[in-house]
Amino acid sequence: MTLATKPLSQFDHAPLLEVKDVTVTFGGLNAVDGAELMLGDNELLGFIGPNGAGKTTLMRAIIGMLTPAKGRIILDGQDISKRRIVDRINLGMALAQQIIKPLKDMTLLDNVALAAGGGKLLSPIKAIWHRSRQKEQDVASALLSEVGLAEVIHKYPSELPLGYLKRLEVARALARQPKVLLLDEPLAGLSKKESEEMADLIMGLPRQGRSVILIEHNLAQVRRICKILYVQNNGRPLAFGNTDEVLAKREVQMAYLGKTD
Amino acid sequence: MAYEMIVLTNMLIAILFAQSLNLITGFCGQVSLGHAAFLGIGAYTSAMLTKSGWPLMATFIPAMVIAGMIGMIVGTASLRVRHDFLAITTMGVSFLFTGIIRKQDMLGGEMGVSGIPAPDGGRVGLLLMALGLTILFIMIMIYVKRSWMGFVFESIAEDEDTASVLGIDVRRFKLFAFILGTAGAGLAGALYAHQVRFIGPDSFGFVESVTVLSMVIVGGIGSIWGVTIAAALLSVMPQFFQVIDDYKLLVYGLLLFFAMRFLPEGLGGLAKRFRQKRGKS
Repeated sequence: MTLATKPLSQFDHAPLLEVKDVTVTFGGLNAVDGAELMLGDNELLGFIGPNGAGKTTLMRAIIGMLTPAKGRIILDGQDISKRRIVDRINLGMALAQQIIKPLKDMTLLDNVALAAGGGKLLSPIKAIWHRSRQKEQDVASALLSEVGLAEVIHKYPSELPLGYLKRLEVARALARQPKVLLLDEPLAGLSKKESEEMADLIMGLPRQGRSVILIEHNLAQVRRICKILYVQNNGRPLAFGNTDEVLAKREVQMAYLGKTD
Repeated sequence: MAYEMIVLTNMLIAILFAQSLNLITGFCGQVSLGHAAFLGIGAYTSAMLTKSGWPLMATFIPAMVIAGMIGMIVGTASLRVRHDFLAITTMGVSFLFTGIIRKQDMLGGEMGVSGIPAPDGGRVGLLLMALGLTILFIMIMIYVKRSWMGFVFESIAEDEDTASVLGIDVRRFKLFAFILGTAGAGLAGALYAHQVRFIGPDSFGFVESVTVLSMVIVGGIGSIWGVTIAAALLSVMPQFFQVIDDYKLLVYGLLLFFAMRFLPEGLGGLAKRFRQKRGKS
């Protein structure tokens, strides 16, 4: 370990998510090398790093889209390193992807309803006897209102601009009622005003039993809404802690901001 | 009259068979190029049982169960791969099936099974059974499509990765579609064996798998009515035009190619577009 991680004693209780020495290898190259982070309850953690720092790769390893070469991922005290993606999601994780992938043949309402019913209707046998989507659609409708899409719930993704679809992605992830919500560059591609609004929305997401990890390049917004920050560079952890302290560190400024003085 | 009854029964069996593939390929998006093997499993199961004295009706369940069970085994092994890899794997299943049957003396080997008893109730009885079972299967398809399962299938057919990020157990649902679909093919096989009353390894080869896939693609992936119409038309065509029968693989291969290139949503998609256009104007 090259960096001082936040000691466990700083948490009032056990962390919701722990990432321990996670290494992801692509053909001999370490895309993520010894990642270490901890996420407490009701927290919003900013996760930054230059392009190619392995941020998305680490996110994918956490959610289970990639298998790390080594290391452990612990969700709410349970080691999920060996679990399949679907199990991890049903244990309380959700991911809003950077490249949004709405299901194009369904309305926004159904996109979210599908996620809302997914956990309970995991088995095909249950799914075949489940006929009415009303309950799931009610949940979906409430979530879409929460992210500010109440007016367009019956529209199809192809009819809406990117800003709306980014919000849809967040609503869909929330529908899983995650303990840990991973947001991969939710502000990317948005206008300044849209980014501001989206950041406000994200700031309101953490609550008791739910924490958020936000990967983002928009440093101004990250600085505004995140109290804690994790920085990764070349796949290696560079800094972790209080946002202002982390950003004041010389190595962070050199790696991320390109400042040399 | 007898001739029309034969044609009609053939048509119904083709519809049932095509719908069973529609469940896998249409609803759930998994291309299979070996579906005829499961028609064969049902046909052999049912034929062997009626030859040993069972009434035809009693063989439907065993034909479905055995086809579905083998479907489960094949599905478990092959549904890990996707798209063209899945097509090639299932194509292998088709060759494997005919290869194994050829070597089984118990199942008639190369010579096939002949002397399959006439169905109870004769031609009329078989026609009515085919009609009843096809309607029943289509009703089940409509039910599945409207249920939560159909909703999940739709998401898997569109984008498996997104479905799994939403917490859907993609592998389990795909396998379930495969079991239901192969069991349906087994049922069609039981009827088929007693329609033709002679079956051999070549009755369930690659050509038959391509034929049924072209019915589903031409009909429009996932469209219940489109596939019904396509299966009805494509199954009677060879009986009216000898040329088509002689060049079956060529004709169905071309159909498959043109449908995929120019009409990817099939007849069902065409009807939908037409309705939308009329609705707008």
